[in-house]
Amino acid sequence: MIKIKELHKSYKTGKSSLHVLKGIDFEVEPGELVAIMGSSGSGKSTLLNILGMLDVADTGIYELDGVPIENLDEKKAAQYRNQFLGFVFQSFNLINYKTALENVALPLYYQGVKRKERREIALDYLSRVGLADWATHLPSELSGGQKQRVAIARAMASNPKVLLADEPTGALDTTTSYEVMDLIQKINDEGRTILVVTHEPDIAQMCKRIVHLKDGTIEKDSRVEQVKALPHV
Amino acid sequence: MFNSDRWSEIFQTIRKNPLRTALSGFTVALGIFIFIILFGLGNGLKNTFKEFFLDDATNAIFLFAGKTTKPYRGFKANRRIEFENDDLEAIKRDFSFYLESITPRITRGAIVKYKTESNSYTTRAVAPAHQQIEKNIMMQGRYINARDIDLSTKVAVIGRLVAEDLFKNEDPMGQIIDINSIAFKVVGVFQDEGGDNEERYIYIPYTTRQRIEGGTDKLDQINITFRPELGHTGGLAFEKSLKRYFKDKKDISPSDPAGIYIRNVNDQLKQNQQFAGVLQMIVTFVGLGTLIAGIIGISNIMVFVVKERTKELGIRKALGASPYSIIAMILQESIFITMLSGYLGLILGVVTLNNLGNSLEDYFIKNPYVDMSTALIATFILILFGGIAGYLPALRAARIKPIIALRDE
Repeated sequence: MIKIKELHKSYKTGKSSLHVLKGIDFEVEPGELVAIMGSSGSGKSTLLNILGMLDVADTGIYELDGVPIENLDEKKAAQYRNQFLGFVFQSFNLINYKTALENVALPLYYQGVKRKERREIALDYLSRVGLADWATHLPSELSGGQKQRVAIARAMASNPKVLLADEPTGALDTTTSYEVMDLIQKINDEGRTILVVTHEPDIAQMCKRIVHLKDGTIEKDSRVEQVKALPHV
Repeated sequence: MFNSDRWSEIFQTIRKNPLRTALSGFTVALGIFIFIILFGLGNGLKNTFKEFFLDDATNAIFLFAGKTTKPYRGFKANRRIEFENDDLEAIKRDFSFYLESITPRITRGAIVKYKTESNSYTTRAVAPAHQQIEKNIMMQGRYINARDIDLSTKVAVIGRLVAEDLFKNEDPMGQIIDINSIAFKVVGVFQDEGGDNEERYIYIPYTTRQRIEGGTDKLDQINITFRPELGHTGGLAFEKSLKRYFKDKKDISPSDPAGIYIRNVNDQLKQNQQFAGVLQMIVTFVGLGTLIAGIIGISNIMVFVVKERTKELGIRKALGASPYSIIAMILQESIFITMLSGYLGLILGVVTLNNLGNSLEDYFIKNPYVDMSTALIATFILILFGGIAGYLPALRAARIKPIIALRDE
């Protein structure tokens, strides 16, 4: 599903240049649930941004579902993001003046789906994350866990190939974190490929594979015995 | 543009962000409002200037007599100069090259009665040419004619308001009115664009007035129009030679500033037109300044709006919004708000001007107005430049990197 080879990325800050990714090689098969771990500054967020086409690598090859991701202009990147990827952020990033339903429907709007159909799909995904009753509420009326579930529903609404989650539990307490992880595991069980960036070991243990990044290279890449989140909720 | 989904998206943004919408709308509405008011007041000022000349022919020259201030040719100073019938003939004879028409004028106050109605008016004893010089327009009947002058008939031509006051709903034509206890027959009613005061005059033949006053041949004032094709310079030359001619004829010292006064409407008009032109320039300048300030205001608001929406736009881009759709959304929203509030300001301005009416007449602002085409053009310009001003921030918004916009603070 994801194939990257010899990925390099450095940031220029004034005269000095910070080499963040120093040749990353890794592949993700369909249906995997991968945790990307590492201390801050290890390059994990940069890697996720490049995978999410929010940032561009300096050199290296990136293929997503067999499509080479290269020479991206803004328009193409937007189109690919919409078509291939769903994002879940640490700070939820819901649009504060739109209801839960409208937030979930937004990626469908950019896909050109008709309004009525949009509402139906969005409501379907909202009920899948157990928030159908909260459809007309604004984000400010939702708890942190509910917000993240709305964000996950939104990421799923466009039926993406890959779900990218950047510290999805970073702003949540432990119980709520496990609820969210339970949801992510269920989505993964349906066959969706998911990448989770996290620095919390217990969250990483709930994935099927852990990639450790250190100083811009892959330190360790291992399959793990998945811990189910549900019993901990 | 006619994407109903985008419109509903824009309407939602507008509805859910009332402060932002009100802020940008207010700038535009205020800009247009001030422009309309300023322009209208400027026009009102010009109206006042125009009115000074509306009731007189622009090729008119008025001759007045006064007292001398210097002794000359054996006459003492402080002698009263008077015009006589003979002077009319002299001008007709000696200035036929310049002359278009000529009329004397003798002004007297009078108590005028009709049946039980009675009022005090000013009568003017004149010749037929007076009608062109004063631009009187006949509503009914006729003006004083040559036969009236020859026979000293007791006929009167009354102003519209005189007819209204004395006759109410009655037809004044052919009725007999009492002017200082002498019966006159009304032969005509006139109107005048010069305003109410001009329509309160009563005109009678000057020979009749002279006969009433004991067969005198004195005249108060002589009004002349010169041939229009002589133009401004010709008028000035005529004025000069008239002055020289009468100073000699009436034995007034050439260096005496008094004795004879001449008012040259054409010369005054020219000076005032230049003044009005400067006025127009100032008004236009101020109006343009207001418009530019409005445009800068919109641009500022748009920069603020985009800044405030950075995160939202970043989210939209992460979810697959193309740069084009971001630009279109911001531009369409800003143009929509600009248009709506622009027309609001326009309507408000026009209504205010209308309500102002003539309440500022004391400040020389009469009937302030702005013609619709100017108002619409100004609004259009504001919308156009509002769009352009919105375009740069929109372009910047489209370039927002979602990764930067979504970075947690």
